[in-house]
Amino acid sequence: MAAVRTSSEIGFNRVAIVAVLLVTIIFLAPIYWIASTAFKPRNLATTIPPTVVFQPEISPFVKLFTKRSQMRSPPSPEEYAAAPWWERVVFDGGEKIVRDGKDQVQWSGYPSRFLNSLIIAITSTVLAVGMGTFTAYGFSRFKVKGEADLLFFILSTRMLPPVVVAIPMFLMYRAVGLNDSHIGLIILYTAFNLSFSVWLMKGFMDEIPKEYEEAALVDGYTRMEAFFKIVLPEAATGIAATAVFCFITAWNEYAFALIMTNRRAQTAPPFIPSQVGSGLPDWTVIAAGTFLFLLPVAIFTFLLRNHLLRGMSFGAIRK
Amino acid sequence: MATTMITTLDRSSRAVARGLSDISIRNLFIIPTVLFLIVFNIFPLIYSLGYSFTDFRASTNAPANFVGLQNYRDLLNDPYVWSNFAITAKYVIISVAGQLLVGFGVAMLLNRDIPLKGLITTLLLLPMMLSMAVVGLFWKLLYDPSWGVINYALGLGNFEWLADPKMALYAVALTDIWMWSPFVMLLSLAGLSAVPKHLYEAAAIDRAGPFYTFFRITLPLVAPILMIAVIFRTMEAFKTFDLAYILTSQPTAELISIRLYKMAFQEWQTGRSCALAYIVLIMVLAITNIYVKYLNKVKER
Repeated sequence: MAAVRTSSEIGFNRVAIVAVLLVTIIFLAPIYWIASTAFKPRNLATTIPPTVVFQPEISPFVKLFTKRSQMRSPPSPEEYAAAPWWERVVFDGGEKIVRDGKDQVQWSGYPSRFLNSLIIAITSTVLAVGMGTFTAYGFSRFKVKGEADLLFFILSTRMLPPVVVAIPMFLMYRAVGLNDSHIGLIILYTAFNLSFSVWLMKGFMDEIPKEYEEAALVDGYTRMEAFFKIVLPEAATGIAATAVFCFITAWNEYAFALIMTNRRAQTAPPFIPSQVGSGLPDWTVIAAGTFLFLLPVAIFTFLLRNHLLRGMSFGAIRK
Repeated sequence: MATTMITTLDRSSRAVARGLSDISIRNLFIIPTVLFLIVFNIFPLIYSLGYSFTDFRASTNAPANFVGLQNYRDLLNDPYVWSNFAITAKYVIISVAGQLLVGFGVAMLLNRDIPLKGLITTLLLLPMMLSMAVVGLFWKLLYDPSWGVINYALGLGNFEWLADPKMALYAVALTDIWMWSPFVMLLSLAGLSAVPKHLYEAAAIDRAGPFYTFFRITLPLVAPILMIAVIFRTMEAFKTFDLAYILTSQPTAELISIRLYKMAFQEWQTGRSCALAYIVLIMVLAITNIYVKYLNKVKER
C-alpha cells in the first residue's frame, strides 16, 4: 500500500491533517471559552474584541460559593486588612460577602445544588448498575421465556420523551409526597438508566465464557458464589464503563429535575440557568459554575476513554 | 454425553442442597428489574391515559370531569399544535443532516494515519458528554449579539442569533450539531475501519477514481451503520427539550416537547397535556417501528 503512494496522495494527507486539527480547534473552542471565562475578572468577560490574554483570577469561584451584596462605601483599611484573602477578592469587585447575625458567611445556593447532583447521580448510578448487572446475568445465562420481547420492552422504556413520562410522574409524586425529594429523583434516574445498564451489561456478560462459572460449580461453589467470586470480577471493566454512562446521564439530566424539584432537592442543571435572571448577569460566575459542573464528566471521559469508545459503539452497533 | 449428564444432575442436586436453584436465581435477578420498569414507566402511562379523557387541572382541587375524546379532537384541530410538530420536524431534519455531514466528513478525514488520532477522537467526544441545559446556557453567551465570540470570530457585527424568529431554530440546531456530530463521527469511524482493505487495493489496481471508490465501496459498506446513527439521532432530536428551552423563547423554535411542558406545567391544562403526550407517544412508537424495520434490514445484510 505505502509503496504506491503518489505525491498527490501525500499532499492530500497533509490537507486532511490540517483540516482535522482545524475541526478539533473549532469543536473545543466553546469549551475553552467557558473555562477561560471562569477565571476572568468581571470587566473582561464581555469585552469586544474578546480578551484572550489576562491574569487568571479565582474571584468568580469565590463569588459562586458565597452570597454577596453591593458595597455602599469602600471598606475601611482595617476591615480590608482583617479580611481573609478570598473576601478581599470580593471587596476588589465592589461587593462584600453577606453574613448572618452570628457573623457566619452565607453560602450561595450552588454548593448545596452541586451536592444534590452528586448524591442523586451517584446513588441512582449504583442502583441502576447493580440491578442492571444482576438482570443482564439472568438474561445472559438462563433461558427466559420471551427473552427478546422482554429485552425490547426494557429498551423501549428509554425511547419515551422525558416530558411525556414527567406529567403522570409529577401527579403520582405529588400524591405520595415525593416531589422535591432526593429519593424521588433517585428513583426516576434509576428507572431511566436501568434499561441502558441492562443492555450494555448483557453485552459484557455474553463475552465472559460460561466455562468459568461451570468450572467453579464443579468445584463445589453455589451459583451465587460463582456469580460473586468469578463473574463479577471478570465484568469489572464493563461495570465501570456502564457506571460512567449512567452517571453522566443522571448528572446531566434537566427536564425531570426542572419539573420535580424546586429547592430542597434541586440539582445543578436547572439551578445554573436560573441564576442568569434578568439584567446584566455576571457571566464569570455562571462560567465558574458551569466549569465546575463539567469537570467531573471531563475527567471521567479522559480516564475511561477506551472503555467509553467501546461502550458507545457497542451500544449502537449491537442494538 | 454421559459425563455432562452426570455433572448436570450432580450440579442441580447440589444446588438444591446448598443454595438457590438456577430458576429461583434467574427470577430473583430479572423480576425486580422488570417490575421496577413497569411501575415507573408503564403504570404512569396508563395513569395519564385516564387523565387524557378529562378536563383535569393539577393547579386546582376541582375534580376531573370525563370529557371523552374532546381533548384529542381539540388538539388535532389546533393549528398551533401542528405548527409545533412542523417546527420539530424541521429541527430534526436540519440537525440530523448537519450531524451526518459533519460527523461523517470528520470521520473520513480521521480515517487515515494521523498523529494523535486517539487523543483527537477523545477530545471530540467531550461535547456529547456535557449537559444539554448547561451547554445551552453557555452557547447563549457565545451567541450574544453584542459581546458574543461567535459574531466577533465570524465578523458578523450585531447579528441576532436567538432573538431573531427566523434564525432561532437554526441557532439551536447549530448547537445540537456541535454537540452530536462527534457521535456520528464515532460510529462512522467504527464503520470505516470495518471496510476490508483489499477492496481498496483492488480498486487501486483497476485505477478507479476517488469518486468511484467512495460511492461504490466506502458508502455502501458504511451505509448500515450510518443508518443506525441517523435513527438514533432522529429519535433523540425528536425528544429535544432542554437545549431549545434554555437557548431561546422564540415561538418559531418551540418544539413539541416545549409545547407539552408549557401546557402541563405553566398553563396547568393537565388533562389536555396528557392527551398531547399520548399523541407524541404514538409518533415516537411510529418512528421506533421504522427504526426496528430498518434495523432488521441492516441485520439481514
